Amino acid sequence: MRLTLKIWRQPDAATAGAIHTYEVDEISEDMSFLEMLDVLNEQLNSEGEEPIAFDSDCREGICGMCGLMINGEAHGPQVTTTCQLHMRSFHDGETITVEPWRADAFPVLKDLVVDRGAFDRIIQQGGYISVNTGAAPDAHATPVPKDNADRAFDAATCIGCGACVASCPNGSASLFVGAKITHLGELPQGQAERDSRVVNMVAQHDHEGFGGCTNIGECTAACPKGIPLDVISQLNRDMLTAIKHGH
Amino acid sequence: MSHPPTVRAGARRDTVPFVATATLVKNSRSTRSTIALKILMAVSGIVFIGFVLAHMYGNLKAFAGHDAYNTYAEHLREFGEPMLPHTGFLWVLRVVLLVSLVVHVSAAVVLWRRARRARTVKYVVKKNNHSTWASHLMRWGGLTLLLFIIWHLLNFTIGKINVQGGSTNDPYNLLVDSFDTWWLTLIYLFAMAMLGAHLHHGIWSSMQTLGLTNNERSRARAKTTGFVLAVIIAGGFSLVPIFVLAGVITK
Repeated sequence: MRLTLKIWRQPDAATAGAIHTYEVDEISEDMSFLEMLDVLNEQLNSEGEEPIAFDSDCREGICGMCGLMINGEAHGPQVTTTCQLHMRSFHDGETITVEPWRADAFPVLKDLVVDRGAFDRIIQQGGYISVNTGAAPDAHATPVPKDNADRAFDAATCIGCGACVASCPNGSASLFVGAKITHLGELPQGQAERDSRVVNMVAQHDHEGFGGCTNIGECTAACPKGIPLDVISQLNRDMLTAIKHGH
Repeated sequence: MSHPPTVRAGARRDTVPFVATATLVKNSRSTRSTIALKILMAVSGIVFIGFVLAHMYGNLKAFAGHDAYNTYAEHLREFGEPMLPHTGFLWVLRVVLLVSLVVHVSAAVVLWRRARRARTVKYVVKKNNHSTWASHLMRWGGLTLLLFIIWHLLNFTIGKINVQGGSTNDPYNLLVDSFDTWWLTLIYLFAMAMLGAHLHHGIWSSMQTLGLTNNERSRARAKTTGFVLAVIIAGGFSLVPIFVLAGVITK
């Protein structure tokens, strides 16, 4: 495959960036999108040009490290992570525009790399369960109904890649926060901190500069793990309950 | 091709990069969150949904003729008597609607500004293929509806403007004179299309914001309810102007 790539280049956070155009040839359709970028980087290296910086880690779709805006879609045209997107999803001669996640809460560090520390800080505000140390309790000591366990597990598949924020016209992280709220709120261990969790995580979400949710649904369509919009309803309901409880 | 800088270095409030604890919120309050604003929008929006349903029903009285329509208009003033004073019910309604409007619009303005600030550097290419057109029309459509409401009140309530220059003291005749004017009917039909779109997304969105759509089935039900109610309300409102212009409803 022969491709024209229009890629966002930005030397560092403080310097203005711009779209640069590159040509790559002999791209196999079995390559992943990141492998295609690796090929381009080798080409740039041999030409003495600075290679393009992008995030990646496991390259098997489970770590949430990679994430690019490809032709206006978070993680590209398939419902998967960028590392699991293959070049067979594109056609020979295509022009592909590649941009970093765009949100003021996710500042660009270099080229296609953004700082998603905002997500970590939201998690720090309650995306966990406080447990005193000691011997591990028996696994069956706390019964969990199957439906609740399933829903918690589905919500827990969120890998925090940020595609929801990137695809949201409001730059909202509601799907991410909703996934964490649902995951922990479905389980008995999550009940003790349920009210303070939602209030603090949403306050941090707002503080980081993410936008409000308008329930349009671009996030769930872009989510590589298919987290449904239900979790945002759950987030709202937990917030209503917290307000009723006087938080 | 040049683009504005993505980050204004050092300008991000109190954020210290990579020192996570420095930016954690203290004394967070639920009622100051974006979700609280959304809940206010949902509740005030539901007041309007109830109102437009009742208003649409009242308008259809035009099909029953001059006397039935004007009697209905008079009954609205007598509603609740003798427990309420004359026009008492209408004034309660007006106050509730005005408060809802102020809440709905001010929450929308705050959230709109937040959303603009959340992404100051735009994408070169951005597709929104997975959301309805109506959902992207909420803000500008809402603004259109606000302008329409101002005109509508001048037309029929506060100013009573008869565009044909006739009398304004007879509600039915004012209605027929207004919609007998093609351009005015066109404005109203456009506004009803906007209202339909606003309701189509707004009704389901309010259910979601109030936390009532926690599974796939309830979400589908809320979306269907939104669409059906939007068609009924916008369609019901449109019938009267169309039938006046067609000469079916006459003086």
